[in-house]
Amino acid sequence: MASKPRVRVPKKAKAGEIITIKSLISHKMETGQRKDKKSGEKIPRKIINKFVCTFNGKVVFSADWHPAVSANPYMSFSYKVMESGEFEFTWTDDDGKTVSKKAKIMVS
Amino acid sequence: MMKPEISRRSALELIGGGVVTALLAGTFADVAKADAKMLAEAIKKAVGDGAMKEGKITLDLPEIAENGNTVPVGFSVESPMTEADYVKTVHLFAEKNPAADVASIHFTPASGVAKAALRIRMAGTQNVVAVAEMSDGTLYTAKKLVKVTIGGCGG
Amino acid sequence: MKRKALVLAGVGAAALAVPSVMTFAAEDFGKYQVGDTRSGYTFAKVETRAIQDDDFENPGMLWVEHGEEVWETVDGKAGKSCKSCHADASDTMKNVGSTYPVFAKDIGKLENVENRINRCRTDNMKAKPWKYDSRDMLGVVSYVKRQSFGQPMNVKIDGGAASWFKKGEEFYNQRRGQLDMACKHCHVDNAGNMIRANTLSQGQGNGFPTYRLKWQKPGSLHRRFRGCNKQVRAKPYKTGTDEYLALELYVMWRGQGLPVETPAVRN
Repeated sequence: MASKPRVRVPKKAKAGEIITIKSLISHKMETGQRKDKKSGEKIPRKIINKFVCTFNGKVVFSADWHPAVSANPYMSFSYKVMESGEFEFTWTDDDGKTVSKKAKIMVS
Repeated sequence: MMKPEISRRSALELIGGGVVTALLAGTFADVAKADAKMLAEAIKKAVGDGAMKEGKITLDLPEIAENGNTVPVGFSVESPMTEADYVKTVHLFAEKNPAADVASIHFTPASGVAKAALRIRMAGTQNVVAVAEMSDGTLYTAKKLVKVTIGGCGG
Repeated sequence: MKRKALVLAGVGAAALAVPSVMTFAAEDFGKYQVGDTRSGYTFAKVETRAIQDDDFENPGMLWVEHGEEVWETVDGKAGKSCKSCHADASDTMKNVGSTYPVFAKDIGKLENVENRINRCRTDNMKAKPWKYDSRDMLGVVSYVKRQSFGQPMNVKIDGGAASWFKKGEEFYNQRRGQLDMACKHCHVDNAGNMIRANTLSQGQGNGFPTYRLKWQKPGSLHRRFRGCNKQVRAKPYKTGTDEYLALELYVMWRGQGLPVETPAVRN
């Protein structure tokens, strides 16, 4: 999972404003249902099964993904901004490896 | 007046056809039953077997998906999203996929609104089912049929 | 086998003979239509268009970003990166997407972006050539073509390119495979009609590498050619070969004036 994820968070917002956060990461999301065309053997499942968003260290949004989530998973969701701080987004693979990305927001 | 004549052979064919039709209908019914059972089990595993009410959930899905590999799905759930009353989780299911579970989206009062979007895989035309779990434990559900086009030019 | 082929041909002909139930009213496709030339975008469903429309939501952009990283990464015995010679891609690559393939005088043949990159890698960087549809190749091709985003397609078909263009045109109109169909039978004679559950497009190349929902990743125009050839039950050529280079030039010429859409999103 050596991929750089993308997140879109507004740089600034007003206190009480509900913002939309978008995220995208490249990953095959191998379902475990496919067979190798040549060998005929099942390709083992390998997906990102967990996506977590924290704000100033506290979990504010998360998702459990199953193999029915498309390759290169996209997720958008909302957040009500009350104070300046930092988001951290973490994607966890079936093999336990994680990828993270941070984004700051200023409240005016 | 002509009397309709049915030869022994055509009668047998008719009977045979009837049996085949009945068998096929039975098979389809079994498949549908199996899908319903898998869906019911997945929902029970996710939220228990409490009563589910219809409403509060808006599902945004295409009527016809161009490709089952990537179907955009958006949803929102009516809720004040306060500490006392918020949407905890929205579970998405697809009844005819190899496994019914698609995703479970967990909100907090900090979400502001219970709204999210993602892209999912659908193995053929089927219902997408959403179950929302509220902070007080009540359950709401909604479903939408999505036709998945198969056939045409791959490459 | 013969019977199967006949059945297949029958199915193919029947599928093509069914006229589209959709009539295209005067929908304004804006920049995606120039005269009668229409981008594949105009044949895609609105949900698919929406994925392309937003640069952030477009998953093909993950490859563009990967390409940017690779552009700056040193590789090969010469200790060079793309950037070592070509500096800022937004400056040095800005017309590549709209003008390739081009006739390269120094090697005396037509060259597309993929083959040009591999020539750079082997000759200048002393690095191993990439596989045609590998992640790094798709990334750098997407990144390079992206620098021409929105520019009208404008390939040259005269001079050294003239004989290649002629070969490409012949390929396009040549019946092939067990279904005995040429490119034009779908993409000229039947564009806009349904082929089973899909709408046939004009088969334009201005959005490649294109992120296909079917592939769940981007792929090259030559990969698409292979898919088309297989669909008419013809033996496909290898990616990057002269046959497909010539066809690429002809296909790009058919789209003259359409904007570079890399990375487009299609079914």
